[in-house]
Amino acid sequence: MFSEANLTKAKAIVAQYPRPKSAILPLAHLAQDQDGWLTEDAMAEIAELVGETPAIVQGTCSFYTMFKRRPCGKLLVSVCTNVTCLVLGGPEVLDHLETLYTGDPDITIEEVECLAACAGAPALQVNYEFHEHMTPAIAEDVVDGYKRGTVRARTISGSLQ
Amino acid sequence: MTLSERRIVSQRLYDRPNDSWTIDGALAAGAYESLRTVLAAGNPADVQAQVAASGLRGRGGANFSTGQKWSFLPAGSYPRYLVVNGDEGEPSTFKDRMLVERDPHQLLEGIIISAYAIECNLAFVYLRGEFALGYDRLTRAITDARAKGFLGKNVLGSGFDIDIVVHRGAGAYICGEETALIESLEGERGMPRLKPPFPAIEGLYAKPTVVNNVETLSTVPHIMRMGGEEYAKIGVNKSTGTRLVALSGHVNKPGNYEVEFGCTFRDIIFGLGEGIRDGNELKFFLPGGASFQWLVNIDEHLDAIYDIDFVQQNLGTTLGSGAIMVFDETTDPLAVAWRLAKFYAHESCGKCTPCREGTGWIEKVLYRMANGLGRKQDFDLLIDVGSGISPNVATAPFTQTTLCPLGPSVVSPIASLDKYFRAEIMARIEAGL
Repeated sequence: MFSEANLTKAKAIVAQYPRPKSAILPLAHLAQDQDGWLTEDAMAEIAELVGETPAIVQGTCSFYTMFKRRPCGKLLVSVCTNVTCLVLGGPEVLDHLETLYTGDPDITIEEVECLAACAGAPALQVNYEFHEHMTPAIAEDVVDGYKRGTVRARTISGSLQ
Repeated sequence: MTLSERRIVSQRLYDRPNDSWTIDGALAAGAYESLRTVLAAGNPADVQAQVAASGLRGRGGANFSTGQKWSFLPAGSYPRYLVVNGDEGEPSTFKDRMLVERDPHQLLEGIIISAYAIECNLAFVYLRGEFALGYDRLTRAITDARAKGFLGKNVLGSGFDIDIVVHRGAGAYICGEETALIESLEGERGMPRLKPPFPAIEGLYAKPTVVNNVETLSTVPHIMRMGGEEYAKIGVNKSTGTRLVALSGHVNKPGNYEVEFGCTFRDIIFGLGEGIRDGNELKFFLPGGASFQWLVNIDEHLDAIYDIDFVQQNLGTTLGSGAIMVFDETTDPLAVAWRLAKFYAHESCGKCTPCREGTGWIEKVLYRMANGLGRKQDFDLLIDVGSGISPNVATAPFTQTTLCPLGPSVVSPIASLDKYFRAEIMARIEAGL
């Protein structure tokens, strides 16, 4: 359920659009920020706010890879392996992080498509904050900094907190 | 002669490296001056005329005339919407992210002027979901611009109202296609629509809609400042003005470079990019993002004029999104083709059967070929599956059996492998490598 503050935000978001259904994506981001992932309950609540059925909301949300429909770690590490990163060491960064953090409930490692950071390839994002010119060792340091809390992370959908 | 940049949309980033994205930094660098002039003149039709005269072509990838796109709006039909395509997801393209993060006010000024020109009072920026910093800076810029009276009700006392809503995507490359973007903005799965009707006639909420790219709209204030005819003097032939080239891969100096149309690929890769890293040889390069056919290390390609129409008519590819991806002699072209196919298979929306099924099969066949398990008949198999998506393969992605060009894009690497690397690949298959 949306907190009272987020419910107010949600209603303001719906009001921005000529048709309420347009608010499905922004509301899903908001819910994910609050809950850490996109729950079925949240989608049902979004459905009510935009005047659609829960199935419609799920149908939309399940299309988009940023919406996590099962619990994920507090830190989402998205490693690019698309072609520029592929030839400059992206897959090695991904392998290293997967080896280190598989099984860590706080950290989810995912392989993603081009992040639009190719001049700094290989690149990754931690909760949608960019980190460029990665090597396995530097990437480990970056993730470790977030894990220890020395670097403050964005939310799971990338908002500032 | 060494090529130097010709900075128009990227100038402010260099003038004010520490605060180009703030309202104070942008104002000090001349932001919103074109808007003041335009509103004082009070002639929307003149803005349209200037943009048409400038010869500006869409910087998103299709290179379609912006003035013409605007002219398709049916007279007397309101409301109209302006939708800004900031869903930059084309592999190796990273110029719109830079413009949004580092000069959001330039984009806003372009949006406000363009909305005024086409008589629209509500604009949407569809921003790629992963661009968290861009979202922060753009929404902040909107708040600051509103406080200064550049947007909202009665802009600068002109009587013109404009509101801008930033809409975050959520990780779907296909939403960069304008009709899929509109679907997504309406709260749907991002699946392209059958055209016609084109968005200018029936777009967002079935209303007349213009969809323009971030770089395209960021150029508009400069066109108004210089005058359309002056702007048209920059560039070459029908490729007027400048283009942000996102250069990446095995070059010594990757980055965004703003170049005047009319230079050559050699100027960009070996001049601005300072050549291939580690003293290696260039093997091949992708001249316009990931979706178009590749070019190789021959003079005919390197010395080709950086001109939208020249490249399309003579080299069978396009300048697309303005990204150039460079690969040296150590690169396995099959691995690159496979990774691109994996991308398209992942990003296919699933609406059209040839793309939904074809991208997946092409990815699997390329995977085994790239990993020493290729079979003699695999090349022909790729061409057969590819021709189901883009008939005659060699013309990919310009022919298609699908609603949008995503499917045919997966065929471009196949056509490129066929054209330049067939013998090399067949020999590898023979040797089981």
